[in-house]
Amino acid sequence: MSTEVPLLNVQVDGVWMQFPKGTKLIDACNKAGKFIPHYCYHPKLSIPGNCRMCLIEMGMPKMGPDRKPIMAADGHAEIAWIPRAQISCAQDIVEGMGVRTDSPMVQECRKGVMEFLLINHPLDCPICDQAGECRLQEFSVEYGNAESRFLERKVKKPKNVELGPRVTLDAERCVLCSRCIRFMKEVAHDDVLGFVDRGGFSTIACHPDKTLESNYSLNTVDICPVGALTSTDFRFKMRVWFLKETKTIDVSDGLGCNILIGSREDKIFRITPRENNDVNQFWMPDSHRLAYKAIHSENRLTQPTVDSKPVEWSEAIAVALSSLKAAGSLAMVASARLTNEELYLARHLAKALNITLHDVIPRKGQPDGILIPEDRNPNTAGAKLLGLTGETPGTALPELLDAVRKGTIQGIVCLGEDLTECGFSLEDLAKLKALVTTSTHSNATTKAAHVVLPGTVWAEKRGSMINIHGRLQRLNKAVEPIGHAKDDWEILAALLAGAGSNLSLHSIEDVFRALSQDVAQFNGLNLGKIGDLGIQLLPKAEVATPTA
Amino acid sequence: MAYTVRRPNLTFWEKLYLPNIVAGLAITFKHLRKMLAGETKIVMQYPEEKWDAHLPEYYRGAPTLVMDEHGREKCVSCQLCEFICPPRAIRITPGSVPNDSQFAKAEKAPEAFDIDMARCIYCGLCEEVCPEQAIFLRKDYAVTGESRADMVHHKTKLYELGGTMPDLVHKWNPEK
Repeated sequence: MSTEVPLLNVQVDGVWMQFPKGTKLIDACNKAGKFIPHYCYHPKLSIPGNCRMCLIEMGMPKMGPDRKPIMAADGHAEIAWIPRAQISCAQDIVEGMGVRTDSPMVQECRKGVMEFLLINHPLDCPICDQAGECRLQEFSVEYGNAESRFLERKVKKPKNVELGPRVTLDAERCVLCSRCIRFMKEVAHDDVLGFVDRGGFSTIACHPDKTLESNYSLNTVDICPVGALTSTDFRFKMRVWFLKETKTIDVSDGLGCNILIGSREDKIFRITPRENNDVNQFWMPDSHRLAYKAIHSENRLTQPTVDSKPVEWSEAIAVALSSLKAAGSLAMVASARLTNEELYLARHLAKALNITLHDVIPRKGQPDGILIPEDRNPNTAGAKLLGLTGETPGTALPELLDAVRKGTIQGIVCLGEDLTECGFSLEDLAKLKALVTTSTHSNATTKAAHVVLPGTVWAEKRGSMINIHGRLQRLNKAVEPIGHAKDDWEILAALLAGAGSNLSLHSIEDVFRALSQDVAQFNGLNLGKIGDLGIQLLPKAEVATPTA
Repeated sequence: MAYTVRRPNLTFWEKLYLPNIVAGLAITFKHLRKMLAGETKIVMQYPEEKWDAHLPEYYRGAPTLVMDEHGREKCVSCQLCEFICPPRAIRITPGSVPNDSQFAKAEKAPEAFDIDMARCIYCGLCEEVCPEQAIFLRKDYAVTGESRADMVHHKTKLYELGGTMPDLVHKWNPEK
């Protein structure tokens, strides 16, 4: 930042600390290691201050008759404590202020707020999908009462309401924090949610003529601190405490949202966004969350085949190489959905097979102005950097198609793409003497191919990709590859070894090491150094930035 | 931490060892005499004769699922028993109650509930952890089977063994 932000002195539980001007008191306390329980406050949304959970005891510097703070012996201002609790989320820090986060008054306030919030709670934790990651459960244990004093009849509210195609509402569990309302208004720009009725009967509801069908609707489920909004897709599928959470990135578009994959015993149950303020903030489009369903779909390839007959891997690799050598002049269609490591090996393979004509298939779509960019390939920048494609991806494809039709190219190595997507007809594919393809799912190309090598999908592999902003991000493995499918880098390494390469590759780390020694931008890096949040590898490209 | 076990201080007669052998043999001969005279009956002819009537109330036999008096599956598949089960004998596939069911308020019920009795150690933690009072260890102890698959109790078998248990949890009643 160009201008220096002044630091202000704030006393947190008796200790003087410094925080940059403009920090919210709740964040300052958090930075000081004093967690303030809260429901409605969210760092990326406006502040309504309506849950009252973040109450603290606050004091302002004591002023003398000259309106100057009276200084204590320790050089700091003396603090005049305000005799009633304040909410810390709506308070910016002030020079010389003091805060008590755990005083008897604060404890009593929290207990009272928890009691009010739980008055009408249905106590249906055994069937609630939020159980295990519910702020009501957590704060009730931490700050609440063990027993309810409420003897009256509880207020009944609508349950199991479909707010939209992907979100289910249970109004009885709602604490009316309004996070979902603010999210839909401020981030998704689709203001369909709101409160209806008053007092104890107040309820979240959707606009009567609309439904919650924004492509960002499932984010309301993530930010809902309780079990009021739940994902219809994940509803009653698995309790959250069984899920293994793998930090990885989404590959549905060029942004590469940071995500957590929740899986149990090699079955993926849900995908949730992970905070990364340089990429996707806290959010993620619904369409990308449900992309995991394709992973274990019917048409997944699990067995290497030669002319549609299942064979052993060693045979498939040998046949692939011999048929490519026999075909003579070759071309390669790589994919901008491959990781940097795979693209690096693809480049070596192209060299080993004397392939000069190679490109990737570009994918473009309408950007949505929030998170989804125009480029729908997750690693276009990587494909460019590693030389598999030129400045504009796809420019060599017409030439390639032309050469196939003329017969000057007789063999194609296709890496994870469907050639019919870039203009090839089935007759064109039938003309080829050799068509070797790696693929995860069966498609027109795999049906026409001589050798099909089943690869792994993004949730089954490790590696790195570069997003549209030039940020290097890491993929991690959440589930084991299905059937006999093999990691793409292993397939490429086997092909390379058969083609006479002397690269010694035994793990993905070896591939990255070779890549980092070879390509200047990757110098000194390894998969560990990329970290969970990624690192800026290339200068930040001028692409539409997230508005959130 | 290592500690020393104190040896008992034996008296002279105890150190001699022989008197104890004589005392032991005396008991043996006493039993021999009683047996020959037909005065003892210490064997129960299992399985024709069983001890079942004497099983105490707290006996922990095979875990079972129970229904309430209206025939509602009390289990709502919260999977806490699956979580707590030390030998991981329990496997639940959660499912939902259809909206038109008379028990729709519970919303959730197990689609499949398997207990692998070859794994179960009869510890009773599943019964203790159940927030719905739906799983109980009953008095069935002779669980047999000819294969590992036979040893898995599926949902129907579990309800067959469990039967009904008057409802102790009222929150899923529609009027409540």
